Amino acid sequence: MNENAKARINGILLSIAHKIGLFLAMTVICLPGLWIVLASFRPTVEIMAKPPVWIPQDLSLDAYVAMFSGVGQGGIPVIEYFRNSLIISVTSTAIALAIGMAGGYAFARFRFRAKSSIFLGLMLTRTVPGIALSLPLFFVYSKLGIIDTHFGLIMAYVALNVPFTIWLIDGFFRQVPKDLAEAAQIDGCTRWQAFWQVEFPLAGPGIASAGIFAFLTSWNEFALASQLTRSVNSKTLPVGLLDYTAEFTIDWRGMCALAVIMIIPALVLTFIVQKHLVSGLTSGAVKG
Amino acid sequence: MATVSLEKLVKRYGAVEVVHGIDLEVADREFIALVGPSGCGKSTTLRMIAGLEPISGGNLKIGGKIVNDLPPRSRNLAMVFQSYALYPHMTVRENMGFSLKIAGQKPEEIAPQVEEAAKTLDLTHLLDRRPSQLSGGQRQRVAMGRAIVRNPEVFLFDEPLSNLDAKLRTQMRVEIKKLHAKVQSTVIYVTHDQVEAMTLADRIVIMRDGYIEQVGTPEDVFQRPQSKFVAGFIGSPPMNLKDAEVADGQLVFENGDRLPLPARFRERVTAGQKVTFGLRPDDLYPAGHGIHSGEDADVHDQDLRVILTEPLGNETLVFSDFGGAEWVGRMLNPRRLTPGDTLPFCFDLSQAHLFDRDSGRTLRG
Repeated sequence: MNENAKARINGILLSIAHKIGLFLAMTVICLPGLWIVLASFRPTVEIMAKPPVWIPQDLSLDAYVAMFSGVGQGGIPVIEYFRNSLIISVTSTAIALAIGMAGGYAFARFRFRAKSSIFLGLMLTRTVPGIALSLPLFFVYSKLGIIDTHFGLIMAYVALNVPFTIWLIDGFFRQVPKDLAEAAQIDGCTRWQAFWQVEFPLAGPGIASAGIFAFLTSWNEFALASQLTRSVNSKTLPVGLLDYTAEFTIDWRGMCALAVIMIIPALVLTFIVQKHLVSGLTSGAVKG
Repeated sequence: MATVSLEKLVKRYGAVEVVHGIDLEVADREFIALVGPSGCGKSTTLRMIAGLEPISGGNLKIGGKIVNDLPPRSRNLAMVFQSYALYPHMTVRENMGFSLKIAGQKPEEIAPQVEEAAKTLDLTHLLDRRPSQLSGGQRQRVAMGRAIVRNPEVFLFDEPLSNLDAKLRTQMRVEIKKLHAKVQSTVIYVTHDQVEAMTLADRIVIMRDGYIEQVGTPEDVFQRPQSKFVAGFIGSPPMNLKDAEVADGQLVFENGDRLPLPARFRERVTAGQKVTFGLRPDDLYPAGHGIHSGEDADVHDQDLRVILTEPLGNETLVFSDFGGAEWVGRMLNPRRLTPGDTLPFCFDLSQAHLFDRDSGRTLRG
């Protein structure tokens, strides 16, 4: 066999190996999600069976029907939880993005005293685990009387998300050449117009990814929410999962069904924003 | 159309002063080129004129009006950037019409103006493309189109051709010259390429370390450089500049080699004076292979040994050894030379320059 044929076969084998490797990796990543969706349709006996029942025998929508059936019939106030989650996540994301854009732009474009220390300080706040903040936050919030309010959770999530949004958006503004804003100013824009007309659209993908991140963090957050919420006034979907635990039993099927309800909006949002995450939008702006 | 005046213009970054109180008058419809090596302050000066850098001292007047603190949009100028700075999310049409849109003009008013500029620059077929789909030269033309559409009083160019290849640069140079002839605006053009400056400008401003070294027409700065720096900067290959001392009506070089003192400097130097002698490569040539512009008496013949040659086709650059240093001469109608050959050379001293060695200023007076 000549060397060319050998190299060709090696190439084919390698590409098959890559595909198998990728398939295994994707399986590991996707399986838990798939298992949750599957479990939401299966009776608890089947979910808990040992040895596990791999092929579902008995699929039904009972868990979903029960969830919306109202308290007393196995239902939970899922609409209220959903509403709370949505209000808190959307508001905190919007605020975190506004602050992140202002901060990211400032870090990318301006020179000021102690810039790198401030930036480092912001990043260091990310090293503190959220759960470690729950007790101090609880004390402060109870003194302020904002336990079990949307406002309290929104504040906490904004604080959690802002360092990350600033960091991410800063990186994207740095990629937008400074010349473009200057050209826009020469073309008759004010600084503010130059930002909205030129720099903002070009940093759009970065702002969108920061938005997704901030939204998902708030949407999925459990540790702080479980401490700072009390009732249907402010309980979010992740905290609502606890409604399926009783003293001696856990309704795994119900929990999985609620988890699916939680996953759907996040998935939809990611798909919507994803097409805006086209990188390389600035190509062609400067040089050849 | 407008004049531009720089009066004692200063730029400081913190404690560091980078432009030191320069004065310059640019006449209406004049094409001025700012040239100089990297870091000489030419781009900073242009950015101050544009309003992109705050002015630290002095006055800037456009059309006789002080504009020191006006934002770029209120100065009625257009700028072509080195990087082109096209808006990548807009088509060529939108890029070119952007300034009019910002000025509040209606789409139906904008369209004919964009079409007109596109026709001038041969961009009509590209109007619906994005910048990323254009070649370097096309992007450059769009950047110029964007400037034209604004119909400004003053055009600013910041090294607009330095990202293009040599052939395209020559082509665009011609287009810029045509454009200036057509729109008749005041142009301030920054470049580090002396060929661009010489070919395009009515007057050239040579800058160095934040000072203006000389302002003059291309002929002026080439033929009558005011300083050693200008003499060495303008001209390619650069002028031969060699240190010498005046003794017995002659110039004595480092190794004792001598040249007669050019006639027009005899009254201007004294014995023992330390000078720098300057001679352009065009004025140092193998006998019979050059043109001397003065009297025969001003031509000094000298045998020189050839070190190296650079054949360019219609001429050959000849490097030779004299006065303990290397000199470059230009041989017209070249014949083949071999390094090591010794042959008679002509020094056309009528075209020679003398500079004071310490101050670097010309001794021509």
